[in-house]
Amino acid sequence: MTGPKRNIDHSNVVIKTRDLHKSFGSLDVLNGIDLDVYKGENMAVLGKSGTGKSVLIKIIVGLLKPDRGLVNVLGEDVDKLDGKALLKLRLKLGFSFQNSALYDSMTVGENLEFPLVRNKRNLSRKEVNMAIESVLEDVGLPRTINQMPAELSGGQKKRIGIARTLILQPEIMLYDEPTAGLDPVTCIEINNLINQVQEQYHTSSIIITHDLTCAKATADRVAVLLNGKFFITGTFDEVFSSPEPNIKTFYDYNFITNL
Amino acid sequence: MAVRPSGNPKSKYVISKRLDDFFMDIHRVGMFILRFFKEAFSPPYEFKEIVNQCYHIGLRSLSLVSLTGLITGIVFTNQSRPSLDAFGATSWLPSLVSIALIRALAPLVTALIVAGKVGSNIGAELGSMRVTEQIDAMEVSATNPFKFLVTTRILATTIMVPVLVMYTGFVGMMGSFLNVHQNEETSFLAFFKNAFSSILFMDIYASVIKSICFGFTIGVAGCYQGYYAQKGTQGVGRAANLAVVLSMYFIFIEEITIVQLFNYIRIILQ
Repeated sequence: MTGPKRNIDHSNVVIKTRDLHKSFGSLDVLNGIDLDVYKGENMAVLGKSGTGKSVLIKIIVGLLKPDRGLVNVLGEDVDKLDGKALLKLRLKLGFSFQNSALYDSMTVGENLEFPLVRNKRNLSRKEVNMAIESVLEDVGLPRTINQMPAELSGGQKKRIGIARTLILQPEIMLYDEPTAGLDPVTCIEINNLINQVQEQYHTSSIIITHDLTCAKATADRVAVLLNGKFFITGTFDEVFSSPEPNIKTFYDYNFITNL
Repeated sequence: MAVRPSGNPKSKYVISKRLDDFFMDIHRVGMFILRFFKEAFSPPYEFKEIVNQCYHIGLRSLSLVSLTGLITGIVFTNQSRPSLDAFGATSWLPSLVSIALIRALAPLVTALIVAGKVGSNIGAELGSMRVTEQIDAMEVSATNPFKFLVTTRILATTIMVPVLVMYTGFVGMMGSFLNVHQNEETSFLAFFKNAFSSILFMDIYASVIKSICFGFTIGVAGCYQGYYAQKGTQGVGRAANLAVVLSMYFIFIEEITIVQLFNYIRIILQ
C-alpha cells in the first residue's frame, strides 16, 4: 500500500524550519531541525515516542515557542507574529490532535460550529448548517450531528476532529498521531481519509506518526526523527531500504506489532 | 565579577524556590487579570456565553443559597433573642438582623457557598479542558479561548454573586420574619419597617461592592487555576481544590479590608 501520486509544487515551500531547537529544562527535544514541506505534499514525520514529533508541529502552529531557529509557515515567521497575525495564520492551518480534543460539553454540530461562527461572523444560520453537513459528509459521519463526543468511538472522534479543522478550509493540515489507539481497519479508514482530504481540499500536510502503515499509505516523503534531528529523509521506499540499524529496528518493531 | 543574587552560591533562585515561585505567581495572576480587562473590553463580545454562564452559576447555587439564607435568618434571630430580651429590647430584633445580614452575613455566606460550588466547578472544568488539549484546540482553530472561557466566567461570577447576595439577604430576612412572627406576633409590615429603618444606603453600597469583589475573586481564582492546570487528572483535582481554597482565603481578606474602608468612610461622612 503506497500513497497516491500527487501534483507537488516543488517551487513552493509552505512550511520551512531551519536549525530549530527546543528543550524542556535540561532535556533537549529538538536539536536542529531543518524541514521543507512543499505545496500539495504529504510529509510523514516518524519517530519513537518522546522524540519530539508532536513538539515540532506544536511549534509550527505556534502553540510552543522554539528556543532557537526559524519557523516559516506560508511565508510568515511564526515566532515573530503577534496575537492577531497568529490567529490569521491559524485560519489557514488545521491541527488534528492525537486524542481528538473535541469539546466534550458540546454536541458534534456545536464542535464544528464553534470555530466557524467565530471566524466567519457574517455567515447566516443556513450557511453554517450547510457547512457542517457538508464537512460531516466529507468525513463519512453525516448522522452524528446531535451526538455528544462521549457517545463516539475512537475512530469517529478522530474523524470529527479532522472535520472540525476542515470546516475552516485550511491550506495546511497537521495530523498528530492520526491512527494511534485505533484498530487496523479504522487505521486504514483514517489513512484513506487523509488522502481524501488532500485530494479534495488540496492541502499540504505533516503527519506525525509511529505507524509505518500510515506513513506508507499517506506520505509522499518521510523523515525519521532521532535524537532531536532528522536522521534520514526521503520517499518511504528510500528510507526503509536503508541498511541503517536504527531504521531496521524501527521497521522490525512495526512489522512485529502489525502481525 | 558579577555578584549572585542569592546567599547560596550554588542556588539558581533569587531568594528561595518557594519565595521565587510566590512572586512569580503574583506576577502571573497580575498579568492574568490585566488580560481579562483587555479581553473584556475589546470586541468581539461573547454575550451569549456570558448569559449562559450567569444562568448556570445562578442555578447551580440557588438551592444551597436559599436554604443557607433561610437558616441563617432563623438561627441568627433565635440566638440573638435572649441577649436582647435581657434588656427588654426584643423589638430591636428586626434592625439587628437586617444590619447583620445586609452588612456582613449575606455577602460572606453567599460568597463562601459560590466559592465552594462554582469556583471548584470552574477550576475542574477548565483544568480538564487544559489537560485534554481542548483549550489548545480552540487556540489552533483561530479562536480566542481566553475570551470564550475565562472572560465570560469571570464576568458571570462578578455579575451573579451580587444578585445572589441580594437574594440571600431577602431570604434571610424572610427567615427572620418567620421566627419573629411566631414568637412576637409582629406583622410583616411592622417587621420590615423596623428592619429597614436602621439600614442606610451606605450599607447597601458596601454590600454590593463587597459582593462584586467576591464574585470577581471567585472567577479569577477558578479560571486561573483551571486555565493553567498541569499534570493530568491530578492537576485537575489540584486546580479545583486551589480554586476554592484561594477564593475563600481572599474573600476573608477582602471582607476585613472593605469593612474597614467603609467604617472609615462612615466616620468621614458623619
